[in-house]
Amino acid sequence: MGEITFIVLAALVVVTAYFTVTSPNLVHAAVALMGTLFGVAGLYVFLYADFLAATQVVIYVGGILVLIIFGVMFTTQIGSQVMVKSSAPNRLASALAVLVLFVGLANIMLQAPWHRGELVAVEGTVKTLGTSLLTRYLLHFEVAGVLLLLSLLGAAYLARREHG
Amino acid sequence: MASLESYLFIGLVLFCFGLYAVMTRRNGVAVLMGIELILNAANLNLVAFNRFGGLSEQLPGQVFALMVIVMAACEAAVALAIIINLYKTFQTIHIDEAREMRG
Repeated sequence: MGEITFIVLAALVVVTAYFTVTSPNLVHAAVALMGTLFGVAGLYVFLYADFLAATQVVIYVGGILVLIIFGVMFTTQIGSQVMVKSSAPNRLASALAVLVLFVGLANIMLQAPWHRGELVAVEGTVKTLGTSLLTRYLLHFEVAGVLLLLSLLGAAYLARREHG
Repeated sequence: MASLESYLFIGLVLFCFGLYAVMTRRNGVAVLMGIELILNAANLNLVAFNRFGGLSEQLPGQVFALMVIVMAACEAAVALAIIINLYKTFQTIHIDEAREMRG
């Protein structure tokens, strides 16, 4: 059962990622991206990252994706010819480069002696994650907060309407 | 259960798709989608290493992945602000039209 679910999720992630990258219509690409994000959230559940899976759905699907769709709607003139792809030679060269990189990285991935601990099962990660965020990783937590505030100010400043 | 390599492979495929989008898309928002794919690939790897490295006491991989999600949110907000500014200035968001500063 778990095996089948994993394969379905993996297929969902890969297929929707393909449509995100190749779809000429940006709204379709955004909807495909939603499938990818949901699939990755499902894979997180398999990896004992329940809190992260919920965060992925709330922040990516609920926040970033809505922002992206807003960006698409805001900057596309209805009825105009949308040119989303670059020229054919450029695409071919990019595909070749990515393919070479893929083969090289897959080789490394299969040969590297990864560190493996024993596979333990945990009840849930929320409590552990909360404790470690406010003890061992407190500085990171605070820096992330400051970064969020700064980007909020920066984005509001950049996108404001010019007066005068 | 699925092995570490299968998760790493999904991450690798996601990364390659994202990179291809960044290299070939001409629309700023589509490039942003490619970057989101790349960040998701990195996150998947971090969480997979955290799991198969034996879920240590403080879950470093998952904390790192949370920080990456925070960073992705910041990046999306600022990038869209820049794209909207670009649209106001050039009436287009094709990134190769913004070449005023090319030497």
